[in-house]
Amino acid sequence: MNSETQSVSAASQSYPDRLQSKLRRVLVSWELLLLCVAVFIFWLNTQASPYFLDPWNLSDATFNFTEKALIAFAMALLIISGEIDLSVASIIALSSTAMGYAVSIGMGTTELLIIGPLVGLACGAFNGLLVTRFGLPSIVATIGTMSLFRGISYIILGDKAYSGYPSDFAFFGQGYVYWVITFEVVLFAVFAIIYTLLLHRTSFGRSVFAIGNNPTAALFSGIRVNRIKFILFLLTGLMAGIAAVCLTSRLGSTRPSIALGWELEIVTMVVLGGVNILGGSGSIPGVVLAAFIMGLVTFGFGLLNVPGIVMSIFIGLLLIGVIGLPRVWTKGLHFWKSIVSR
Amino acid sequence: MNETAQHSDSIKPLLELSGISKNFPGVRALSQVSLELYPGQVTALVGENGAGKSTIVKILTGIYQPDDGRIDINQKQTRLSSPQVASQVGITAIHQETVMFDNLSVAENIFIGHAPKNMWGLIQTKKMHQDAKQLLERIGANLDPSIELKNLGIASKHLVGIARALSVNTQVVIMDEPTAALSYKEIEELYVLIERLKAEGKAILFISHKFDEIYRIADRYTVFRDGEMIGKGLLNELKEAELVKMMVGRDVTGIFPQRTGTLGETVLEVKHYSHPTEFDEISFSLRRGEILGFYGLVGAGRSELMQCLFGISESSNGALTLDNRTLHIKNPTQAIDNGIVYVPEDRGGQGVVTGLPIFENITLPSLNKLSNRGFLSLAKEFSIARSYSEKLELRAASLDQHVELLSGGNQQKVVIAKWLATQPKVIILDEPTKGIDIGSKAAVHAFMRELADDGLAVIIVSSEIPEVIGMSDRIIVMREGLMVAEYSKATVSPELIVRDAAGIAEHVA
Repeated sequence: MNSETQSVSAASQSYPDRLQSKLRRVLVSWELLLLCVAVFIFWLNTQASPYFLDPWNLSDATFNFTEKALIAFAMALLIISGEIDLSVASIIALSSTAMGYAVSIGMGTTELLIIGPLVGLACGAFNGLLVTRFGLPSIVATIGTMSLFRGISYIILGDKAYSGYPSDFAFFGQGYVYWVITFEVVLFAVFAIIYTLLLHRTSFGRSVFAIGNNPTAALFSGIRVNRIKFILFLLTGLMAGIAAVCLTSRLGSTRPSIALGWELEIVTMVVLGGVNILGGSGSIPGVVLAAFIMGLVTFGFGLLNVPGIVMSIFIGLLLIGVIGLPRVWTKGLHFWKSIVSR
Repeated sequence: MNETAQHSDSIKPLLELSGISKNFPGVRALSQVSLELYPGQVTALVGENGAGKSTIVKILTGIYQPDDGRIDINQKQTRLSSPQVASQVGITAIHQETVMFDNLSVAENIFIGHAPKNMWGLIQTKKMHQDAKQLLERIGANLDPSIELKNLGIASKHLVGIARALSVNTQVVIMDEPTAALSYKEIEELYVLIERLKAEGKAILFISHKFDEIYRIADRYTVFRDGEMIGKGLLNELKEAELVKMMVGRDVTGIFPQRTGTLGETVLEVKHYSHPTEFDEISFSLRRGEILGFYGLVGAGRSELMQCLFGISESSNGALTLDNRTLHIKNPTQAIDNGIVYVPEDRGGQGVVTGLPIFENITLPSLNKLSNRGFLSLAKEFSIARSYSEKLELRAASLDQHVELLSGGNQQKVVIAKWLATQPKVIILDEPTKGIDIGSKAAVHAFMRELADDGLAVIIVSSEIPEVIGMSDRIIVMREGLMVAEYSKATVSPELIVRDAAGIAEHVA
């Protein structure tokens, strides 16, 4: 009798897919908050300057984030998996230097388009080997390669600069695909979609989340943890190489100090986008919105003639704030609860 | 009053626990237990894994607070509200894996928290080293106080731990399986040291699975079983066989599901499997529909063997044949692809991916099968997760509930579900019911038998004697990395496997 009622109640246990409706999940999401912030800053910018809404002006504004965002997509996956790559800006420098050297020995645009990403890929492979094969913590390994890669650029270039890139190479950083739509914006949009699908719709992306939450349990579930981490370093290197093509093309020259300090802005973009710096959670749409916000803020500061160093201070504060606020918030909540319960 | 106490024959206990209860969500770890420790005597605490021994140690050292009961020290009721308080009243624990600071010196480890200081509040290194030397000499340890702890072996670390205990004027010393990693000679030295502590009037709680050493060193015993105090008294009044019986207790047949299916052909054949450090020359075979039990003490190499079969580590020698194909399994992915899956003992660390919802945990090993050119179908995932949740009668609010919000038993069901979704041939369960409540335990047992009856080959590793005897068709006992005995269901008895595992010579009874 007793066992019968038990089995009946067990059979009647139903498992809804999700408890919260889709609308509710969107409403409490970090991405919605980011969207509101983006709209607000957009509105502030329109107030700051009457020329802001000009299509050509808006088009110019996108250069502030597209190249960094390309790297941020791959970096987001890497950080979700529990690793990080701080050498990305140095990869740009090395990749750009390699392209400059290629031009100096007479290579054309097609070769440049191969060399740039390939150097990025090689740098990524090097980072990946250090972390997955030799077991170095990625934060230390990539601080090392950050110095190493840019150091090589300095040795090759010294205080000189490469320029004289072919004229058709300029398209990748300065060209327009249609009206005010730049090649870089198109690239940004395409990669945003690719990375959204990769992270949120494929078994590869699911494995990345699993590794970031618990690498041991992921390994014990048959996930090839080291292989996936290696691929993520490769992807990050590749994206840095692609960004190097765009940036070199846009600037038209290569100095060893190119993209100096970008790793900070890229990591900030990723964390602002809602990716947990400790790994395990995050989304690409969040990173896309964070890219917009950082681009708009940079551009707004430019309109207001705010000096670059202030921008740097702002980025630093933003990074600390985004990482620190949730903790302060939960601690405050605990404190408040403990007062109320007393 | 004082005089009568001194004149009476029985000494008063130094530390007295009475009516101690402790509950965890879904589990009653201790129920109204009592324990007395006498000055100058060693009390052995005996019990199976899960009997509540470590819980009582944590209560004594102030890590856990009991839900109920009282603690008296020197006939005075005391609350051990934190580890600091426990240390102040003179209780020190020396753990199996002693918690100390590898990068600090011996002297710093002894005096950490109470180092001698000068008038400026700076540590007097010289005095500290002198004092440390003195303490070490007092226990007959010839150690250099300035050497870093990481350069010492386990035995020497124990000595440092004991010196530390003496430096804070400890009255009660808890030794939790102190001999587990020691050599024969080191164990003898430890015995000498324990005799010294006894002579100094310390009360010692000695936890061990090894009966020979209990009889060698202890004066009294206390037996715990399933969170209850079963018996206590003087050891010289009790035969070893009775102690084993008390520890194992209940009737082990009857409550476990019986086999209804028939044994099929041999699925898995392991020959001369060896590992550089953990186990050697393991050979066994496993048939479809069979449950094979592995019993042994902690450190016997059972889990290491299973993880090696699953590809977490590689074997140094030997062959594995699955369905008549010889395999070299190098990683878990290969093991899973070939149909060998492993439910680990460390559920939270290796079993479930906390932070991911139930359905993502269940589909994790089958992602490749469930995806179309790498793309996942949520509908497919939910349907797989739902069917196995129903089969295992999972208790959950929804399939996207995070696994860490489930009880231990239900987390275990998620781990089992994730493996069943891969449609394995051999399932290895390592301590499958450790730390889960009685209800889920029965469900997991019933389900294991059902799997075997459906034609799966099952290996169960368990330190719980009733479980391993009740569930298994055959039992292999391991000790120190070797297979020491094999029993069929008909020939096995709790006393036999306890003796084999502990390495006690056969008694002529």
